[in-house]
Amino acid sequence: MTATPPPAEPVVDAAPPPEPGGSDTRPGSKRDGQSLWRQAFRRMRTSPIAILGAVIVLAFVLVALLAPWLAPYPAQATPGRDLIRPTMIPGPSAEFPLGLDRFGSDVLSQLIWGARASLVIGVVSTLLGLAGGVAVGLLAGAFGGWVDTAVMRFVDLMLAIPSLLLAVSIAAIAGQNNTSIIIAIGVVQIPIFARLLRGSMLAQRKEDYVLAARSLGLTRGTVTMSHVLPNSLGPVIVQATLVLATAVIEAAALSFLGLGGGRPTEAEWGRMLTGAQAELSIAPRLALLPGLCISITALGFTLLGESLREALDPRMRRRR
Amino acid sequence: MSAQDDAVTTPRDDEAPALLQVRDLEVTFTTDAGPVVAVSGVSFDVRAGQTVAIVGESGSGKSTVAAAVLGLLPRNGRVTAGSVTLDGQSLLGLSQRRLQRLRGRVLGLVPQDPMTNLNPTATIGRQLVETLEDTGTASGKEARDRAVELLTEAGIGQAEERIAAYPHQFSGGMRQRALIAIGLSASPELLVADEPTSALDVTVQQVVLDRMEQLTAARGTAVMLITHDLGLAADRASDVLVMYRGELVESGPALTLLREPTHEYTKRLLAAAPSLASRRIEIAKQTGAEDAVEGDDLLARTDGHETGTDEPPLIRVENLRKVFPGARRGLFGREPDVVAVDDVSFDMPRGRTVAIVGESGSGKSTVARMLLHLLEPTSGRVLLEGQEVDARRQADEIAFRRRVQPVFQDPYSSLDPLFTVFRTIEEPLRAHGYGDARTRSQRVYELLDQVALPAAMARRYPAELSGGQRQRVAIARALALQPDVVVCDEAVSALDVIVQSQILHLLADLQERLGLTYLFISHDLAVVRQIADHTCVMEKGRIVEQGPTDVVFDSPEEPYTQRLLAAIPGRSLELSL
Repeated sequence: MTATPPPAEPVVDAAPPPEPGGSDTRPGSKRDGQSLWRQAFRRMRTSPIAILGAVIVLAFVLVALLAPWLAPYPAQATPGRDLIRPTMIPGPSAEFPLGLDRFGSDVLSQLIWGARASLVIGVVSTLLGLAGGVAVGLLAGAFGGWVDTAVMRFVDLMLAIPSLLLAVSIAAIAGQNNTSIIIAIGVVQIPIFARLLRGSMLAQRKEDYVLAARSLGLTRGTVTMSHVLPNSLGPVIVQATLVLATAVIEAAALSFLGLGGGRPTEAEWGRMLTGAQAELSIAPRLALLPGLCISITALGFTLLGESLREALDPRMRRRR
Repeated sequence: MSAQDDAVTTPRDDEAPALLQVRDLEVTFTTDAGPVVAVSGVSFDVRAGQTVAIVGESGSGKSTVAAAVLGLLPRNGRVTAGSVTLDGQSLLGLSQRRLQRLRGRVLGLVPQDPMTNLNPTATIGRQLVETLEDTGTASGKEARDRAVELLTEAGIGQAEERIAAYPHQFSGGMRQRALIAIGLSASPELLVADEPTSALDVTVQQVVLDRMEQLTAARGTAVMLITHDLGLAADRASDVLVMYRGELVESGPALTLLREPTHEYTKRLLAAAPSLASRRIEIAKQTGAEDAVEGDDLLARTDGHETGTDEPPLIRVENLRKVFPGARRGLFGREPDVVAVDDVSFDMPRGRTVAIVGESGSGKSTVARMLLHLLEPTSGRVLLEGQEVDARRQADEIAFRRRVQPVFQDPYSSLDPLFTVFRTIEEPLRAHGYGDARTRSQRVYELLDQVALPAAMARRYPAELSGGQRQRVAIARALALQPDVVVCDEAVSALDVIVQSQILHLLADLQERLGLTYLFISHDLAVVRQIADHTCVMEKGRIVEQGPTDVVFDSPEEPYTQRLLAAIPGRSLELSL
């Protein structure tokens, strides 16, 4: 082996199963050279709940990405505006499979375009919360001492304010548009991510491998960035998946409250709910359909997140 | 040991029928990877009043046998063949309700971990009374009185008051005694004790086992003792069963088994068990047959009194002291400070092994961390070749780190789970700018070879290695920078005996080849006896006795050392060499 030294960083997953060696080996494992993430993924593949979650999420993402091709009508078009009467909104027909709404827009198209808006808001706001939370949590977890105390008290302060209230205030200050909704939802998540990461880092810092790394003479920065942080990210990433679900719901809630701004015909699930209120007695499907979309999407992300959490559970890990 | 005498003197054929009969037991677990047979073809008898020990390493199936007998197999486990008969009644296929009625009254259990097996929210008394009432042994006031009695019998003083205590107010040894009291409360005919003392310090272990022996002897209770320690099994049981990979490889009267093992695995186990090895050293000394001792490559060089030469020690520890501030209490108050290490001094001569032994909480790991500069001492100094290391100067610190490296206890937590073996060993080389990628890679494979791991291991992650393999990786990482001193903090304590002995041999071999100096921290005197040249005994933060290992072990002066030594299992065994 020494005659042909492999590359400095051996390619992790290309390993053919080698002989289980060492004098104190246990029965050879077939799954050689698998990182924890790979193992988690393998475990998730066998879980029906994870598969259901993944299918829902995949469908949602596909619909959002392919909206221009899937949707029968453009985003803000009102093709059926001549069919609307004050007392009657036409239901499903061959031309409009899920019927029309108050403005004469095709509901199916609206739902499809709405998926796109929800995906953008959900993903961007979660990323925002994740980035902010990791930065704040890293600060607290890496330095400890008074930095930790100061940062965490500030985080506690943020947590003490009800998240919807905070989001509403942010949206109110930043103006009524989608960007402010994204910022509002993202900022609200920062303290949650920060807390999780800090707690996880504190636990990891006590592990022997961190002591061993310090004994090797690595600087504190290296120990933190290459050992403590990567090992602490598991719960944070699980949380991010779960936050995607709540972000979709909260985006709908903020739009429902009218904080999203823009024209009433703009396709967004929350806004569709707002509009449906007035017509609840004559066309309940206008409220049911977007509600169902929100619930199913949130359910998909939640199932995926929960099974990811289970797959990454250290107790499962050890049992293999 | 009366039980032992019985077994040796009485012929085994004309006995009363066995209390417990296990025949061709097979247990299968359903796992992700399909059915796994954990135990197969296990047959044995336990007669009334007899103590039988099942010995094996982790994963040998010994606890599974116990669980099968008790009907407590986990949900994915099933008895797929064989029979378990108690008093002529088959235990397999009994309904949960019938089984429940047997538990406590006929079958008792002393579980493994005293820290987690008591309900933390209920008093000890309530847990005892509960057992007494549920088994219908006693009720009301009578149950309470009986609980006090049982605790007293189990060796807990002032039981009248202690009965109102919660588990967290008890020490580990006291909890285990309480668990024994609970296990015996309804006077079962068979008590299954699953590693009852492996979580306890040796001195406590001895007291607890003595007490258990007295109680079961008085009641005529048969005991099925599950343990990994062959010395302890031989000490306590009349018959020993040896299990290996789910099969019973050998069984027989304890002494016969120790003197004339027939199966290869038993021989390996015998050779590896530190308690027995230490006993063999002792017998060899007495009979003057020192050459006959197996594993003498581990032995400290007894001839070597050249320690007294003029060469200064590689490391000198002077008056080390560590005080941890007490926990805050209220706004301004504090608990009293905790002196973890008090005035500890010793020398580490080059190329030798210095051991620190002590029970948990004696401060030995704190000494190790201060020596590694991972913890700032409150006062005192650590001198490397007569020079004090100034931790504030980074160059000094890095130079120090290159020369002094640790190997930690828990092979499960001392490696970064996200790093491959290659990256783990390469990391120190890279951090200290050792050559280019190519030379580093060569060095990694050289190190793997030194710790006897195949090169293919380099791609694996820690989760894919066994405990012994992980510890080898940790040793390879420690050796990467060619240090002079390696601090082994309980480095072999978490390993099975055979693996433990392999790692000890590896350490001894590396010491010889590379001229390493070891600081060996351990609670296991038997291991220390095998590997150390110089031994320091710590109690409550102080070194109470130190000297050459042979002197400390052969003529201990301090009563504490004497107690520790007396508590090594297997001390009274007459082994052949």
